[in-house]
Amino acid sequence: MTTAIAPGASALPLRYSNPIGGIAGTSFKPEHLPAILSAGPQRGFFEVHAENYMGAGGPPHRALEAIRRDHPLSLHGVCMSIGGPQPLDKAHLARFRGLVARYQPSIVSEHLAWSTHETSFFNDLLPLPYTETTLRHVCDHVDQMQEAILRPILLENPSTYLAFAETTMSETDFIRSVAARTGCGLLLDINNVFVSATNHGFSALDYLSDFPLARVGEIHLAGHAEQVDDEGDLLLIDSHDRPVADAVWKLYEIVIERCGGVPTLVEWDGKIPDWPVLQAEAAAAQEILDRYGPAAWAGERHAA
Amino acid sequence: MLHEPTPSFSAAFAPALLDPARTTPGIVTGPHGKAAGKRYDVYRNNVTVSLIDALAAIYPAVQRITGPDFFRAMARFYVRSTPPTSPLLFEYGRGFPGFIAEYQHAQTMPWLADVARIERAWLDAYHARDAAPLAPAELAAVEPERLADLVFTPHPATQIVRSDFAAVTIFAANRDGAPGGRIDASAPEDALITRPEFDVIVRHLPPGGAVFATCLIQGRPLGEATTAALEASAEFDIPTNIAGLIEAGAFMSIDFGDAR
Repeated sequence: MTTAIAPGASALPLRYSNPIGGIAGTSFKPEHLPAILSAGPQRGFFEVHAENYMGAGGPPHRALEAIRRDHPLSLHGVCMSIGGPQPLDKAHLARFRGLVARYQPSIVSEHLAWSTHETSFFNDLLPLPYTETTLRHVCDHVDQMQEAILRPILLENPSTYLAFAETTMSETDFIRSVAARTGCGLLLDINNVFVSATNHGFSALDYLSDFPLARVGEIHLAGHAEQVDDEGDLLLIDSHDRPVADAVWKLYEIVIERCGGVPTLVEWDGKIPDWPVLQAEAAAAQEILDRYGPAAWAGERHAA
Repeated sequence: MLHEPTPSFSAAFAPALLDPARTTPGIVTGPHGKAAGKRYDVYRNNVTVSLIDALAAIYPAVQRITGPDFFRAMARFYVRSTPPTSPLLFEYGRGFPGFIAEYQHAQTMPWLADVARIERAWLDAYHARDAAPLAPAELAAVEPERLADLVFTPHPATQIVRSDFAAVTIFAANRDGAPGGRIDASAPEDALITRPEFDVIVRHLPPGGAVFATCLIQGRPLGEATTAALEASAEFDIPTNIAGLIEAGAFMSIDFGDAR
């Protein structure tokens, strides 16, 4: 086996990886591993869904070790159920901590969403009302996760298709409060902003103007699909199965112009294309980052 | 910190996700007073489709045998009755083989549940803890008069699936896509599933082999396992079976029971 820290060694103090600066990355999909490895170390980082690497051993860990050897890693949790009212799963927290200790990711993130109710896991990022009560639950859960992994997380803004009658505050106020109370950073998913803005009839630009951009430690871009709602109006679906839409690229450029080089990930989770297609999406993001952001030191490690 | 035990939004939101007979929860709304029916249905669809997809990923040979329409209809029933209880989806569907065995429309394929059992074991082997398999030289170094007392520690990936049907042949033909000849489904086959390094191996055990391997996996000494295997099948051949198990990486180490 390789020299990676064993999952059992999670009592070790966790190193903080250096910030990776304004570089673009992609979701890591195992089918792309041969193409990625044959190209050798490249500028860029990879992001994985943490839960896919929570098995005890086998090929997934071998693949992740191979990727991690030459590239910064972002560990993206999709199942912690931070947005739900029930206590976090202690076993899941321990597994997450073990993974952070083993792979020393540059970025750790989770969602403002929930996926577990009682004992059922629904495998989707479900929405929550924004109230003082849910704010308290979310802050407790972010605190708990940060205590478990001994480092701050980035919390991602959701894409949503409906709202709750009991909601009393805006999503941006809610997210701002979570960041202020817990010290967490934010993962700004610009496709989610665009999807939610369309679905709820608000302005994506207004949302971004109100978003605490100074807290943003990573940006997500992805493609979305189109459906219609009960009234026959456009309803966007956060599908991650196609290229980033032009409107989302425009919003991205506006954000980067405002906040400079922020690590940016192109997500692609369904109808996975060949590696060059995904790589080209990341290159398009990198081009915008290079145009507006200061050169990132991390990008110079593997000068082309 | 204690939270007030008021009914939560999730308790109102969750039940209809996997139950099409329930109406849209009253707590949700579209923007500006618009309806939320189709909007809530996006979540219903995400949950149901993603869990059916998870089963299709775990049971590709079953899906290939039944065809996707049959598989997805069957999986939909299972997903609705038995949603996952762990966020680790590779742990999902342990009850699916048993569900298939009882599924009315699958009764014409009595071997289908056993093919599913092999696929479930395959995925467990895939994710099992890494460990070096027993080197053949270690076994060769044991003095012959002590062999009967030898106890084997199974490799973390090792599993046995027994079938009254040709489940191993059917699994192999539908998993790797290798076109084969006509299969006699009624010939009983036992599967040995191992992962000595990174590739999962599924082998067809010879007569008596499943009883033999199961005894050894349970920690019973080699002598006892041999007796049990010979009782199960007069054709049982000790050297072939031991060599086959070692070569497949079924064990991690050996010792003598009294040394434990």
